[in-house]
Amino acid sequence: MQRHSGENMDFVAVTAETPGSAKPDPILIADHITRTFGGLTAVNVAHLEIQRGLITALIGPNGAGKTTFFNLLTGYDSPNSGTWSFNGLALNGVPPHKVARLGMVRTFQLTKALYRLTVLENMALGARGQKGESVFASLFPWLWRAQEEEIQKKAISILTNFKLIDKKDDFAAALSGGQRKLLEMARALMVEPEMVMLDEPMAGVNPALKQSLLEHIKELRNEGKTVLFVEHDMDMVHEISDWVVVLSQGEVIAEGTPASVMKNEHVIEAYLGAHHNVNLSAEGDK
Amino acid sequence: MDFLFVIQQTLSATIGVNTIIFALAAIGLNMHFGYTGLLNFGQAGFLAIGAYSVAVPVISFGLPLWVAFLIGIFNSVIFALILGIPTLRLRADYLAIVTIAAAEIVRQIARSATFNSTLGGSDGITGKFGEEFFALNPFKSGLNTPILRFNGNDLWVVITGWTLVAFIVFFMWIMVNSPWGRLMRAIREDEDAVRSLGKNVYLYKMQSLIIGGVIGACGGFVYALSRQSVQPDNYGTALTFFAYTVLILGGAARVFSPVVGAMIFWFLIVFIEQVLRQGVTNDLIPDWLIGVNQVSQIRFMLMGIGLMLLMIFRPQGIFGDKKELALDAKA
Repeated sequence: MQRHSGENMDFVAVTAETPGSAKPDPILIADHITRTFGGLTAVNVAHLEIQRGLITALIGPNGAGKTTFFNLLTGYDSPNSGTWSFNGLALNGVPPHKVARLGMVRTFQLTKALYRLTVLENMALGARGQKGESVFASLFPWLWRAQEEEIQKKAISILTNFKLIDKKDDFAAALSGGQRKLLEMARALMVEPEMVMLDEPMAGVNPALKQSLLEHIKELRNEGKTVLFVEHDMDMVHEISDWVVVLSQGEVIAEGTPASVMKNEHVIEAYLGAHHNVNLSAEGDK
Repeated sequence: MDFLFVIQQTLSATIGVNTIIFALAAIGLNMHFGYTGLLNFGQAGFLAIGAYSVAVPVISFGLPLWVAFLIGIFNSVIFALILGIPTLRLRADYLAIVTIAAAEIVRQIARSATFNSTLGGSDGITGKFGEEFFALNPFKSGLNTPILRFNGNDLWVVITGWTLVAFIVFFMWIMVNSPWGRLMRAIREDEDAVRSLGKNVYLYKMQSLIIGGVIGACGGFVYALSRQSVQPDNYGTALTFFAYTVLILGGAARVFSPVVGAMIFWFLIVFIEQVLRQGVTNDLIPDWLIGVNQVSQIRFMLMGIGLMLLMIFRPQGIFGDKKELALDAKA
């Protein structure tokens, strides 16, 4: 546990390891969120708080509703009921682009690099408040040229940090799957988010790049940003997350530090089934 | 065979009135489809609105021509809003369905008996609504050289039309190379990703639809003025698909491609027609193979074969980049 800062230890000390527990300084609070698809209840979260400035992992077996929950929080889907707020601002009915402007920026499970734009264009697109994005100002380049240079500089510095600088003039489609994940994360940083929502950042990424992605996620926390990520890979969850929320059949079934969650009976049950330790072999019957 | 006549007819058509009309229609489509990824299959509707907006106010209401131009721009903006408000929040294919229907609705309304007194029914409108425009023509005697020939009115339309095309292409070039243009191309690639970066995609798609539509309406202005008449059935779906042909011929998402595409399109049509006609009348092509009356059908067949060959051997169009085309947007 030495990788946790002192502050995190305080957080762990004051926070109960029960589903829906209160956090000392929540950035995101969700209440009674439900989403049904026909007869299936995909998400049914009674209460959830996400602590500011930490890396929180959202895990759960396939079909647990993790991505649906992500889509609801970021405005890409609307819940059947429930309220949620970011930094105290209610987000019900707020469209995705406004959620992003408020400082909550997401990535996607199936990476959405903009393929026929160059890597640098992908990055520059993320910058906020661009004067040259107004239809009228676009006709007068002298109005936005200085700002555009600033944006390019910033994009280049982030790309350098993400080791994508050599690729800056290539089409995003020319990147490997892992590099696209990196690009997507780097592009999200151009928006200067307070909270980064990563939907399976490690899916399909080779081990070498995985390590580099992990470092970047930790770096986000060190810069004071909040990270919420969906992941299947338990090793990764164990390595970087400060707090883990377990979703199963749409409900939060456990919360806690990575070590305690992995020992939690409900979690093991959800992943492996209730009778995982019962001997099912025919020999046992005889 | 009169080669000089073939050349004269072909070159005049290559830079002629029809080329300007198709170039404008395709520049609008390039904004929609090439840069923003909007599948507008109703560009003919925008041209029809432009054409009727020039003719009707002058003929039926006695307004000056410049007011009619403003009305035309206003109407095309309204048409874009009507198309865009219900469809731009939905998936791309809804826009395609709605636009193809809306353009037909425009044409059917224009040719309906109900509005016969103002819109002229299926006969359309013929009259001197362009007189104010042609009165400004300093070249009333036209142009008559061995390689180019225009009558006075056509010459004036060609000069002003190309000036208009040049202006539009120039502004379009600035816009697509700005952050606004980058945002448009990003929307073409993946809307949801652009939303996740805090951009109001709906607003930008609407801007694209309006700008491309107004440019299309300018094509309608030229169409109506050059003929001093508006025929509703000229604005059918074929016009939209020819505009797409022109765009893809040049290569989508390149500023100059609609212009060059339109030139090649009309060059081929007129060249094939003239050669066939000369061949038939001079008995170089036997009567049992192609008769005089079949020339205008056969030119489209040959044109079709030519386009197929182009798509097989140069699918990216004249200006396109084959590597870029090969990058599937959703790969």
